[in-house]
Amino acid sequence: MNDIIDLSLMQMIAAYIFVIILLVIVKFKKISREKEIFISSLRMTIQLIVTGYILVYVFNSPSPLYTILILIIMEIFAIYNIIKRTKTKLSSNLKKIIAFSMIFGTLSCILYFLFVVVRISPWYNPQYFIPIAGMLIGNSMTGISLGVNRLVDGMQSHKHLIEGALMLGATPKIAAKQIVDNAFDSAILPTINSMVGMGIVFLPGMMTGQILSGTSPVTAINYQIAIMLGILGSVSLTVILFVHLGYKTFFNDKDQLISNQ
Amino acid sequence: MNYLRKLKNSYKGGISIFELKKVKYKNILNIENLVIEKHKVTCIVGESGSGKTTLIKLLNKIISSDSGKIFFNNQELNSINSVELRRNVVMLPQVPTIFPGNIKDNLLIGLKFAEKPLVDDDKLRQVLNIINLKKELLDESDSLSGGEKQRLTLGRVILLDPDVFLLDEPSSSLDEETERVIIEKLVSYSKEMNKTLIMVTHKKIAQIYSENIIHIHKGKVLQ
Repeated sequence: MNDIIDLSLMQMIAAYIFVIILLVIVKFKKISREKEIFISSLRMTIQLIVTGYILVYVFNSPSPLYTILILIIMEIFAIYNIIKRTKTKLSSNLKKIIAFSMIFGTLSCILYFLFVVVRISPWYNPQYFIPIAGMLIGNSMTGISLGVNRLVDGMQSHKHLIEGALMLGATPKIAAKQIVDNAFDSAILPTINSMVGMGIVFLPGMMTGQILSGTSPVTAINYQIAIMLGILGSVSLTVILFVHLGYKTFFNDKDQLISNQ
Repeated sequence: MNYLRKLKNSYKGGISIFELKKVKYKNILNIENLVIEKHKVTCIVGESGSGKTTLIKLLNKIISSDSGKIFFNNQELNSINSVELRRNVVMLPQVPTIFPGNIKDNLLIGLKFAEKPLVDDDKLRQVLNIINLKKELLDESDSLSGGEKQRLTLGRVILLDPDVFLLDEPSSSLDEETERVIIEKLVSYSKEMNKTLIMVTHKKIAQIYSENIIHIHKGKVLQ
């Protein structure tokens, strides 16, 4: 009953039928997305295979250096991805705020989660450190991306409202409050929504993975609850830091809107 | 320096509230010397694109000049905290800024922005009377016409009770009769309350109501 079914190469290939079906549908419907679907499937496969090999190596020879190195790579990749995913050009100050919020927000939550909640030993234990850091960084990345888009869009499309408020004597903080609140809302909402549907609408990836690999559902659920709370904390902290520091980059030291942003 | 300025002001017959010296802003404005008097009604006139709005934006410090100096009450504008200045020198943009909510919300939002104490409904009704807006406080502001919205934003500015009003074409969306009534009320209110009123407007209004007229042509003040 508890035997794990290992997927053979043929079984793995059989799973790609889903991509082929999708490709046929988009071709038939004349939706020109074949290239993106093909590239994303290929990227996902290669990235996971490479990651798999790296993880096998790191798990077999745990070292603080590898754990820290992987953490740094994850942070850099996440920050790069947020900046790349934003539709509009970002100012260098805003990029710095994104990097600071991501690093400070995720790191403090990762460290708290690993050392206070899970209490791992040794402190660099890659089996815990890497997947948990990955989940917190990944979710914070998605949250902050939404926040960046909403903040930049809001500041640009409501320029006249912000300037109107400034003309009446509002501080930049008051003038941008509505936009900052909206950006925070839209960034945090997917995490809250996923918590509401969890266990009923869908079984989350980590829990499913643990159950499939033979862990008791009770242990898997305990982990899932803890990690969801960790994700909520990490997403909230990074997004709060970002929006509350980020809006300031749209104003100069004379409390004027910087026009070219 | 202050003595000389005062001497010059007394020669002109008034106390300056704003003084601009060799002020340049991009290719839009190039003012050699300009004095705006305190407690007076000053109208800024000139064809569209001449730099009238830019001038009052500079006075509100929502933008800053590339070179030259602007003095407010003999103090250089750059040395004054922008937010404090704007709470004293309030600007009303030409396009009315209406926020979601009813008329009361839209009147009070200015006080909230400027972190000033809120006022009761009686005071709000008095303001509606000054701007000649015959509406209830709880009426939705979305349903107002362009001219009514413009008057509502004017009411918001009056409620802030600043020393200086900078108004950018405050009557542009009003018909001739309403324009006459509103400007008349505005001028008498600012005289009664000892305010400085600086507004961008057209020649006809300027000729009737202003004590000083500033003509701007292609970014320069015509003497």
